Amino acid sequence: MSTAAPNALDHRAVPWLFVAALATVAPHFEHQPTWLSVITGLLFAWAAWFWWRDERLPGRWLLIFIVALGSTGIYIEYRTLFGRDAGVSMLVLFMAMKLLEIKSRRDGVVVVTLGYFLLLTHYFYSQSIPTGLWLLATMWIVTATLIRLHGGSASQSRYTLRYGLQLCLQAIPFMLVLYLLFPRVTGPLWGLPQDAHAGRTGLSESMTPGSIASLAQSSEIAFRVRFEGDIPGKEKLYWRGPVLDQFDGSTWRPSLGRQAVRLEAISAPINYETTLEAHNQRWLLSLDAPTGLPPDSTLGGTMTALNRQPVTYRQRFNLASSLDYRFNVQEEAAVLQRNKHVPAGSNPQSRQLAVNWLSRSPDPEAVIEQALALFGREFFYTLQPPLLGENSVDDFLFRTRRGFCEHYAAAFVVLMRHAGIPARVVTGYQGGERNPVDGYLVVRQSDAHAWAEVWLEGRGWVRVDPTAAVSPSRIESGIADALPVGEPLPALIQIRTNWLRGLRHRWEAINNAWNQQVIGYDLQRQRELLASLGLPHADWQQLAGLLALGIGALLAVLTAWGLYHKTRPDPALRLWHKALRHLARRKVNCAPWETPLDLARRVEQEQPDFGKAFRQVVTAYLAARYGPDNDLQKLRDAIAQLP
Amino acid sequence: MFGNALSARPRPFDAVLARAGEIILGKPDEIRQAIACLLAGGHLLIEDLPGMGKTTLAHTLARLLGLQFSRIQFTSDLLPADISGVSIFDREKSEFRFLPGPVFAQLVLADEINRATPKTQSALLEAMEEGQVTVEGQSRELPEPFFVIATQNPAHQIGTFPLPESQLDRFLMRIELGYPDRAAERALLSGGSQRLQAARLDAPFPAADLPSLQREVAAIHAAPPLIDYVQALVEATRQSPAFQHGLSPRAGLALLAAARAWAWLAGRDMVLPDDVQAVLPAVARHRLRSVQGSGFASREDIASLLRSVAIP
Repeated sequence: MSTAAPNALDHRAVPWLFVAALATVAPHFEHQPTWLSVITGLLFAWAAWFWWRDERLPGRWLLIFIVALGSTGIYIEYRTLFGRDAGVSMLVLFMAMKLLEIKSRRDGVVVVTLGYFLLLTHYFYSQSIPTGLWLLATMWIVTATLIRLHGGSASQSRYTLRYGLQLCLQAIPFMLVLYLLFPRVTGPLWGLPQDAHAGRTGLSESMTPGSIASLAQSSEIAFRVRFEGDIPGKEKLYWRGPVLDQFDGSTWRPSLGRQAVRLEAISAPINYETTLEAHNQRWLLSLDAPTGLPPDSTLGGTMTALNRQPVTYRQRFNLASSLDYRFNVQEEAAVLQRNKHVPAGSNPQSRQLAVNWLSRSPDPEAVIEQALALFGREFFYTLQPPLLGENSVDDFLFRTRRGFCEHYAAAFVVLMRHAGIPARVVTGYQGGERNPVDGYLVVRQSDAHAWAEVWLEGRGWVRVDPTAAVSPSRIESGIADALPVGEPLPALIQIRTNWLRGLRHRWEAINNAWNQQVIGYDLQRQRELLASLGLPHADWQQLAGLLALGIGALLAVLTAWGLYHKTRPDPALRLWHKALRHLARRKVNCAPWETPLDLARRVEQEQPDFGKAFRQVVTAYLAARYGPDNDLQKLRDAIAQLP
Repeated sequence: MFGNALSARPRPFDAVLARAGEIILGKPDEIRQAIACLLAGGHLLIEDLPGMGKTTLAHTLARLLGLQFSRIQFTSDLLPADISGVSIFDREKSEFRFLPGPVFAQLVLADEINRATPKTQSALLEAMEEGQVTVEGQSRELPEPFFVIATQNPAHQIGTFPLPESQLDRFLMRIELGYPDRAAERALLSGGSQRLQAARLDAPFPAADLPSLQREVAAIHAAPPLIDYVQALVEATRQSPAFQHGLSPRAGLALLAAARAWAWLAGRDMVLPDDVQAVLPAVARHRLRSVQGSGFASREDIASLLRSVAIP
């Protein structure tokens, strides 16, 4: 392998390629199919074995066969060879295959180029700080590999790595300028393929018993909120999601018809900014009741704030809400009718109970009191409710009596409807936790909640939270305190140790800052930055000009720095170069390794008339440059006397 | 040899070189290298076939410089004590008396050093490095100056113990004499015995002056650009794919010392790149191993090394 040809690959450079390839590919193992990760690992090991034994690499037909096999597997897995997941899997496969045909330096360069490209693909999956750090480190390794490929066999790893690091560090200012000034597109950094948003957790459009309980197991962050002013009390933090008013006996769904919204704000609006994680739905999760909405969003008939497009990436919205309000005091008869509907014949025991209550007192508020009092007596709050039968509400109310918020909300609404009171289920989030490090309110999936809304004559839709009757601590201090000891909850939510909690707050605050400042640097932020630079209405041409200016300025600074630190040429050497220019005019050139005395001898032989004068120059130059005292005057005189 | 304007010093060794040139015919460069090696305070390794004049060269140098001379013929049964000397019991005085070995001389010719066992070799090499000999726990100073010329025969390696790299590094220079050219050979054949002529030489220098000359040589000016050049050459050997590994820092010091002596012989009070180039083959070749083949670096390797480094 180690021949002296200029394009030959140094045998000892190959491990660098393995490391670089592994570093670029490895994070993809997490989300690609296991069989592909196993095959990739085996191919790596196989290639390493060939290198170790220094044996002939496998033939072309075998490689083509493996590629065909792998591509078929990927096609069967994804039903396509394009798109995010299939495309990345193909690249990973190619990278592993390329290691099996490394014969020349050119093949090594292909691996490096593919490695740089694979670095980019990681951002399809994650843009977090650890990913960024990992990819920076990998870029360093890949760059060092490129240097190693072109270094001699004697080059030391230490110097190669140091040189690679130097290059990467020099690239950072350019990276920052490009980051700040490159024209931004609205939306994510690049248009992701369709399958990029699969598998996000969050509220769904329908509710069956157990759906929110499973959501509550997740400690993932749903959104973060920054309030202008103080954070309102926890019992007021009801983040409104979809409102469900269609009930078929087991599942709750939203109704599709348009409804008018008549909202009277009573208290002054409070302003806040939410940073919503991607959840692939349109709702924005505003506090009840939203009075100020961001552009490109509307208020649905059930007072749910809706974005025009589904939120498929982390987005920021500015919202305003009045916490005291009156909502649809005048309601359409059709709406009221819909919210009193109960499937015929279902849950007969609840119907009986509601009728009993009504017979005692026909006042709706008294019925509500009765229902809440019932929940407060014999019910038990748990994330692991027993299974319910066909008449789920009857089963829950009279048999199991153990449930999570959606059980209470659903049972309460069914009871109200049986009693002839318009009622519906509202899903969303309740509460949240203030991060003391950056002051943001963090709302997690585990804060997902369901409550009820009833329509009362003269008061409109009023929020009633039956869960508060069962387990007041759920509303006042959060889910971790509401559940009995021993219930499974993600470790992160359960944390009660102070320092661990502090650590988590700090880490989440760092992540939030990263999301807000770095990932969230969008068109609007860029405009603000440009405005502060004195370019309030920059178009893309101005932006390109600014970009060129920034990069030019950086280059100028780097060049100036390099020139400043460059050793100034010795004056004797400058004079010597002048003499050499004399010589060059006489068609005599000095090789870099030729000593001045050798040159003088050669000149004396080739041009005897000039040689004598030139010998004087050489003597003066050697004395000035290599002698103990730098006498430049003699050298100047000698050069002046050159014919 | 060089321009007169640069030769500020008297050149007291021109006479020595000329006289030696009358004995060792046709080898002026090798004689100059041997003397430069001596002036730089280093030891010399001569590698050549038998009969090339290795011993005569050593004799001639000893005579011309007025050095006290001794010769050790290395054989496989030579013991360290045969070199350094032994203590014997003096019956009259009832005490041990040290009989110094042949190493206690100013110029020691170690003939065919690779015939002796490593143990014996290392006894000599320790003396070369330390300037003293330890016998029976007592250190004894060697005379000043102390100069070793070792010879070895590159052919017929059966039954020899080649010097390892670490030992080779102790020789400042390694030279090869090679066959004389036609004219020199003719003069050699028509003249009398070289060895006899050498024996008749008188010393133009008292040996006692040599240490002060060596100090003078060590003080020759080496300007920063010249140091740059030495450094660049040493670095180039470390990065060149032609060599298995590069020159050590000690080799860099040796190169500079040898170049100083070369400049002094030319009567200059400063070192020029020419001096470095002139001594580089003798200083570097036995310290470098060529990647191709298993031997020392070849003359071509050194020539291409020189061509790969620009003169600062």
